[in-house]
Amino acid sequence: MHQLWLIPGLPLVGFFLLVLGHGRFTRSLARLIGVGSIAIAALITLWVALDFYSPGAAQTYQVELWPWLTAGELEVSFGLYLDGLSLSMLFVVTGVGSLIHWYASGYMWQDPDYQRFFAYMNLFVAAMLMLVLADNLVLLFLGWEGVGVCSFLLIGFWYQDPANGYAARKAFIVTRVGDTAFAIGLFLLYRELGTLDLPSIMVLAPEKFVVGANQPTLIATLLLAGAVGKSAQLPLHIWLPDAMAGPTPVSALIHAATMVTAGVYLIARTHGVFLQAPDVLLAVAFIGLFTLLISGFTALNQTDIKRVLAYSTMSQIGYMFFALGVGAWSESIFHLMTHALFKALLFMTAGSIILALHHEQDIRLMGGLRRQLPVPFWCFVIGSACLVALPPTSGFFSKEAILNASWQLPVYGPWFWAGGVLGAFITAIYSFRLLFLVFFGAEKVQPHEPKGWQFHPPLIILATLSLVAGWFVLPTGDVLPSSPAGHPPMWTIVVAIGLPLLGIGIAYQVYVRHKWQGLRLAHWQRLRQFWFQGFGFDGLYRRLFLTPFTSLAQVNRNDIIDGLPTLLIQLSRFLHRLFSQLQNGQLRAYIATLASAAIIILALAISTVGK
Amino acid sequence: MDNQYIDHAIILAGILFCLGLVGVMVRRNLLFMMISIEVMLNASALAFIAAGSAWNQAEGQIMFLAVITLGAAEVAVGLGLTLLLFRHHNSVDVDQLNKLRG
Amino acid sequence: MQLLGIIISLLGGGVLALMTGHRSPVASRWLSLASLLVASMFYTSLWLDSTHSLSTSLWTMHTDWPWIERFGIHLLLATDGLSLVLIGLTLVLGYVALLSAWHEINHRCGLFYLNFLFTLAGVVGVFSALDLFLFFVFWEVMLVPMFLIIAIWGHENRRFAATKFFIYTQASSLLMLAAMVGLVLLNQQQTGLWSFSWFTLTQTDTSGSMGMWLMLGFYVAFLVKLPGLPVHNWLPDAHTQAPTPGSILLAGILLKTGAYGLLRFVWPLFPDAALAFAPIAMGLGVLSVLYAAKLAFAQNDLKRLIAYTSISHMGFVSLGIFAWNHLSLQGTVMQMVGHGLSSAGLFAIAGLLQQRLHTRALDQMGGLWALMPKLATLSMVFALATLGLPGLANFIGEFMILLGVFQIEPWAASLAALAMILAPVYALVIMQKGFFGMAVGDKTKALDLNARELLMLGLLVVSLVLLGFWPNLIFTVTAAPVDSLMHLGKGG
Repeated sequence: MHQLWLIPGLPLVGFFLLVLGHGRFTRSLARLIGVGSIAIAALITLWVALDFYSPGAAQTYQVELWPWLTAGELEVSFGLYLDGLSLSMLFVVTGVGSLIHWYASGYMWQDPDYQRFFAYMNLFVAAMLMLVLADNLVLLFLGWEGVGVCSFLLIGFWYQDPANGYAARKAFIVTRVGDTAFAIGLFLLYRELGTLDLPSIMVLAPEKFVVGANQPTLIATLLLAGAVGKSAQLPLHIWLPDAMAGPTPVSALIHAATMVTAGVYLIARTHGVFLQAPDVLLAVAFIGLFTLLISGFTALNQTDIKRVLAYSTMSQIGYMFFALGVGAWSESIFHLMTHALFKALLFMTAGSIILALHHEQDIRLMGGLRRQLPVPFWCFVIGSACLVALPPTSGFFSKEAILNASWQLPVYGPWFWAGGVLGAFITAIYSFRLLFLVFFGAEKVQPHEPKGWQFHPPLIILATLSLVAGWFVLPTGDVLPSSPAGHPPMWTIVVAIGLPLLGIGIAYQVYVRHKWQGLRLAHWQRLRQFWFQGFGFDGLYRRLFLTPFTSLAQVNRNDIIDGLPTLLIQLSRFLHRLFSQLQNGQLRAYIATLASAAIIILALAISTVGK
Repeated sequence: MDNQYIDHAIILAGILFCLGLVGVMVRRNLLFMMISIEVMLNASALAFIAAGSAWNQAEGQIMFLAVITLGAAEVAVGLGLTLLLFRHHNSVDVDQLNKLRG
Repeated sequence: MQLLGIIISLLGGGVLALMTGHRSPVASRWLSLASLLVASMFYTSLWLDSTHSLSTSLWTMHTDWPWIERFGIHLLLATDGLSLVLIGLTLVLGYVALLSAWHEINHRCGLFYLNFLFTLAGVVGVFSALDLFLFFVFWEVMLVPMFLIIAIWGHENRRFAATKFFIYTQASSLLMLAAMVGLVLLNQQQTGLWSFSWFTLTQTDTSGSMGMWLMLGFYVAFLVKLPGLPVHNWLPDAHTQAPTPGSILLAGILLKTGAYGLLRFVWPLFPDAALAFAPIAMGLGVLSVLYAAKLAFAQNDLKRLIAYTSISHMGFVSLGIFAWNHLSLQGTVMQMVGHGLSSAGLFAIAGLLQQRLHTRALDQMGGLWALMPKLATLSMVFALATLGLPGLANFIGEFMILLGVFQIEPWAASLAALAMILAPVYALVIMQKGFFGMAVGDKTKALDLNARELLMLGLLVVSLVLLGFWPNLIFTVTAAPVDSLMHLGKGG
């Protein structure tokens, strides 16, 4: 396990090479460095995992690379920490990451800024790995902000279009709102526990905090705010759909598989604190549920293929939050893993379609592509089946586990379960609506499918993994608390499988056979518009925060406090003008003034002496 | 000199001083202004002499000598400046010599 | 003697540069560089000596020569870890400013380098003078040349800006002088001895209302220099109008003298008064942070925008100093260094852009990434440093300040943390308007960085990254001085 530092180290080295060699490397060399560093990191992950699983090995491994911050009582190390949870995340980040890099090396081949793209991507992976491997919260925050910046850079990768820059800034600033709360949470945590070291927090939190007391509740709320921002959950979810402005491999890597799930990881990582704050855990579940439903409804009538997938990502991360909230910790991480696989698959497939159609993303202009693009078609079918959780795909296993756990929850259990199942039903409708609109129906365009070793193999590998990942066992059991025991009644499972099938059926009737047209949202314009705009959150925030801030900034552009010295300047100018009138250069006037002043003074003197 | 004459002498000095002052104020010709100043100086010198003799003090005469010296210096410098001004501007009218106006 | 070596080589270099300047501007440049190099050699030797004896002695005494015996004024120069770090920053930024002046300053070169090196010498003196009178002398020594730099080599509205700068700083330093004399008199009444020595005066009993008034005199002087709300107005004008090396010196170093003054004088000399005043000072700090961040967002002039970000960052310094615990003070030192490096970088970039595009207006830029990828990438790094990205020095400073402040005033820290949201708002505006988007107008003549410029900015980036990952380089040096200051400031 001593090679652990190489895992984030290699992508970082790749980044530095690509930046320093700017404009000097050939494309092939840039590709070799960019993809190779991640691939080797993935291999080292495997090696480390073998060590980790070998009998007799310690279940956790902590190493301090160097002392980072040492000031008074505060000691923060630049250290790595490996346990079952971080190992699971390592698999996702390096495994899915290297497949996406592989794919991206073909997808971006024509781009003039090929090298810059891979520099950013490598930096992203390095930061994400730091986030996952950090042994303390400050270092985790470093990775956290690092991925945020890379996300900013990659969303705005095609910088010529101001809209992309706007989307990038929106993503960065909205997540930064959450990050700020996260940072304040760290300050509070340090004040209460006197440490930011993750293993120590896990030990100290249950000792020092009373369950449901103010401090753990406040800390957990602040950490949750950070997680909500990063993972695009309500109410800080508005940046993710716009983030689709970036290149598609970026959407696959950052905005589907890895970065957006960092919030889930954070909550799982600090579960010691969250367990002391049951109210906040309940809030996590509610946030997850609302996000999963609202973004599901929004996805129902989007027209941009990537936006549908973006809303679906939000919805699936909602499932993960939901799982965390109901106490299904390991299941949540399991869903994170399966989702990373099938959502990356869906995005990359979408990327192939977009490339085949010359950067056309509007699904209304697609149709009948299943014959021309057979490989993407089948990959998309597999991805959608996972998304909808059809047995026996991986999505089925992870989602079933979550729904079962939610049923067990006292008081709210069945309601949560019902909400989750409703979400699954909507998921089925929108994902198969997308599938049917793109691949079935009349052929509207003539695609030119990108072929080659960079396009199909990663897709096929991911598709295979998505199918079989349900049988994987993640080593999170020792790290995270176990989910509620017991089995829900049989009928719940039947319903949970049946409803998605019904959803697929409805989508088939409406979009392939063109029946039941009354169900089409096109007939309910106002509702459609409302859903289309994501329940109006953007407009609300614009009115609440953006407009007041910008107008205030414009009004006070010249700093009213500057008025004070300016006033002083004007006063002395005025006096200057007043008195310079007297200095008229008339010698006789001066003398007259002098004489009259002398007379007045004399008169005064004489009159006072006289008394 | 008797004390009674001091009043007369001071009144004379006052009248001379006022005449000089009026002269400075109303004349525009620099030369005449200087003459008026000379009158004022001498008026004050007269007051010194009168006061000195009234109290039998020598300081009055000393001050007179100082005033005469001052007057001579003033005339010397003043006339020199007037001459230069006349050469430069072809005029000794103070109302036109106001280039130093603020 | 190394410290004297630094000051004398800078002063001497300045005089030599003036003498050669009218004959050969090139020679005066190289002479300035040489004098900086000599100063750096002295500094390296000083650093090695001091860090070697770090565990045994806090202070390194350099000179203690009597000067005006009658009032107990000495030429007392001494350095501790804090001075050492700040002098190091001064020299590093001296190189950066010199490199940025290389081709920008074309007329009266000799005089420029004289002023430039005298400012540096004054700043070094300020950071090492432990006699209050001597401190005041150096304080003035650094002001006048700076005034001349703005007034002679500045941009279109330079006279106004220079005068404003001069009046603000002169008026405030008069206050400081008065407070200084008051303090010395107070000490003389208590002990019967005349002394301007910092070591003696820290023993003076300054409790009571007199102490409060004297403290306010110092505080206002340093607040103007820092600058903090509501006396910050000289800074945007001065920064905007100063030539690039002037802006670098101003933002990078001169502002730090205000922070240094608060650290070195206000708390240790007036512990009770400072403690009583701390809530107000922290409130002003929070206001500075947020208000200036908001103002920065609305600016169109690039240099003015950067100037307002400086005010915002200096608000953190004010906040950290008045929280007065180990974390916040260490954070403050880091913030001073980090801000010095990052704002110097941003001003250097503004200068480079102005040279190439002949404008500072952001709406006249745009699309520069394609034309100058190197410049754009480096700008990105500085913008990220400004917004407090972890891994760069500024984050360490801000994080530790907020962490320290939170232990004392959670609300102040939480409010100031809102700057984490506002900072990307203004920092990314620079990137968006300047470098993203399509190019406005004909900019094909704009060239990317040459080797000299790359060296200048690279030096800053390397320092920022180095301190972002190994902040202990500084913390180990400043830990002991900060502790002893804290002890004095607690009034024991």
